[in-house]
Amino acid sequence: MLDSILEAVTFVSVRYKDTKEQRLLRRELHVIFGICARQRLGFNLSVIRIRALRVLLPVVVVVLVILGATTVFPVGSSSSNAPPRPPIGIALQDRPNDAGGAIEITWEASKDDSRGRGTVNSYSIYRSEQPQSGFVKIKTVSSGKEEYRYNDEEVENDKRYYYRVTAETSSDAFSDSGVVGPVTASPQWFHSDRWNMLIALLIVSASVLTFITLARKGKDLYIRPIAGLQAVDEAVGRATEMGRPVLYVPGILDMDDVQTIAGVAILGRVARKTAEYETSLLVPVSRSVVMSAAQETVKEAYWDMGKADAYHPDMVRYITDDQFGFAAGVDGIMLREKPATVFFQGAFYAESLILAETGHSIGAVQIAGTAMTSQLPFFVTACDYTLIGEELFAAGAYLTEDPRLVGSLKGQDVAKGLAIAFIVIGIILETAGYHWLTNFLKVN
Amino acid sequence: MRREIPLIITFVCGITMIVQFFIPHEPFGSMKSYFQQSYMIIAAFAMILGICNLTKLHVNKIRYKRPHWGYSIVLLAGLAGMTIPGLFVGAIKEGGIFDFLFKNVHVPMQSTMFSLLAFFVASASYRAFRARTLDAALLLVAGFIVMLGRAPIGDAMTSFLPEGGQMSDVANWIMAVPNTAGQRAIMMGAGLGVVATSLRVILGIERSYLGGD
Repeated sequence: MLDSILEAVTFVSVRYKDTKEQRLLRRELHVIFGICARQRLGFNLSVIRIRALRVLLPVVVVVLVILGATTVFPVGSSSSNAPPRPPIGIALQDRPNDAGGAIEITWEASKDDSRGRGTVNSYSIYRSEQPQSGFVKIKTVSSGKEEYRYNDEEVENDKRYYYRVTAETSSDAFSDSGVVGPVTASPQWFHSDRWNMLIALLIVSASVLTFITLARKGKDLYIRPIAGLQAVDEAVGRATEMGRPVLYVPGILDMDDVQTIAGVAILGRVARKTAEYETSLLVPVSRSVVMSAAQETVKEAYWDMGKADAYHPDMVRYITDDQFGFAAGVDGIMLREKPATVFFQGAFYAESLILAETGHSIGAVQIAGTAMTSQLPFFVTACDYTLIGEELFAAGAYLTEDPRLVGSLKGQDVAKGLAIAFIVIGIILETAGYHWLTNFLKVN
Repeated sequence: MRREIPLIITFVCGITMIVQFFIPHEPFGSMKSYFQQSYMIIAAFAMILGICNLTKLHVNKIRYKRPHWGYSIVLLAGLAGMTIPGLFVGAIKEGGIFDFLFKNVHVPMQSTMFSLLAFFVASASYRAFRARTLDAALLLVAGFIVMLGRAPIGDAMTSFLPEGGQMSDVANWIMAVPNTAGQRAIMMGAGLGVVATSLRVILGIERSYLGGD
């Protein structure tokens, strides 16, 4: 940097005649920068470099002048005070698929916007209930986009509204789109983008309900063996023989997650087994609502098995809502109580491997089940049995062999078969250049 | 009635949530947020139950000198140490005692637990990668390629191969094609399982979460 300044000073002094004072100043600068440059870089200026600079500097000056001129006077505009060209293509519509009370305004950028590089600084939206007067500014949107969209959510249903959009410069010059409208907001009775979801829901529900009805009528339905669920009896029996407790963790999410509901449902079956074998059961939970539900589930299971005396509310214990605090708490229980069997059934995140590896270190038989795809590899690696995805939701039906629950599993299988058929048909159609099925199945 | 009332509430709430998904018109449009807010309020009150359960359990443990009762003293001290400053001494504002304890005790302890994952991943990988069966051998090979492909040494080892055949390309293909296909299959199955379970719960067929068959 210092070297460049020194070269520039030298060049200017050679190229242009200057006054005595300027020459003195130049000489001082020369000395100062020369010393600095020599100290830092360790060499003196060469005549060759100064000659090269004589050629380059005029080019640099010309480029700088052009750049400065285009900044001060942008291309396509005569002056910064001149009004920009107005926004175009103003469109108003009642916002689709909502409960009303909203109007969607869209427009294209002014020709002087140039994605924020032109003179347009912002756009202002005005609203009125009259076409001629009463316009009030409701929103200012900064420039820099190709297309603009704004949802006005401060309107009343079934009332006529008019809008104007202005393009504005930083010096308050503006141009008006003109009045657009009228438009009215109204609520919709059906979400038009969700027809595909409704059809899918109806097919799955019909399939599930049909097979539940068939199962109720006594039709024999086959369910494939699931190793993890077949091992439940054996695992609880092992704990009984060893005189150690069974540990059951129903995930770390709350009761509003279906995996937790499935986990608590399986807990009911496991609690029946522990009640039957008179084995100690520990259920650490990370949510208070899950604690209440799990307490009720375990209590009912013990009552149903005629072992009400064996039930104690402390079987289900709240630890903490904190993810790693919970992991630390459960690890501590495992290391102190040394359970012979550990169940992880529900939703888990990063704590899955911490828990499963600790369980492995104490030699417990571990049966895990989750639909969290990112945690499945950890459970598969560290646990003896793992219920993968849908197997977690099938566990309740599998363990009870209740025909209604088994029927729902068969219905689920039919829906899965349909999904596979749609995938295969979709691949064939896409390959052939037909996109209507893919577009129909898109979820909005 | 003890069993029927919860089932009726579940049915009504479940059907309402399905209907509000398809009908944006009021009163269904705002049902979702209403139910979510209601759940938050219930969960906040349930927190009191949770803390009572925790306190009772550990007080009894100390009182009857059960094994490892010393840990219970630490737990109760920690509970009081965070709750009292949070509620009564400067609340949870920045720079207060609660804030200090949170940043200097709670967060480092969380990080400590999280960092254990690195060691557990190593020990779990060691067991998983023992090529005793064909499946385990495939896992070992795939894991080996992906690990090398994610590090510069992988490409350095295969720099003589043409573009698209280097270690990082193979690793990316494994992650993008077989891995994604497997994950999507699991997700689709789980999604259908969620629908079927929800139907069972809404229709009152699945009742075990209420404590019975």
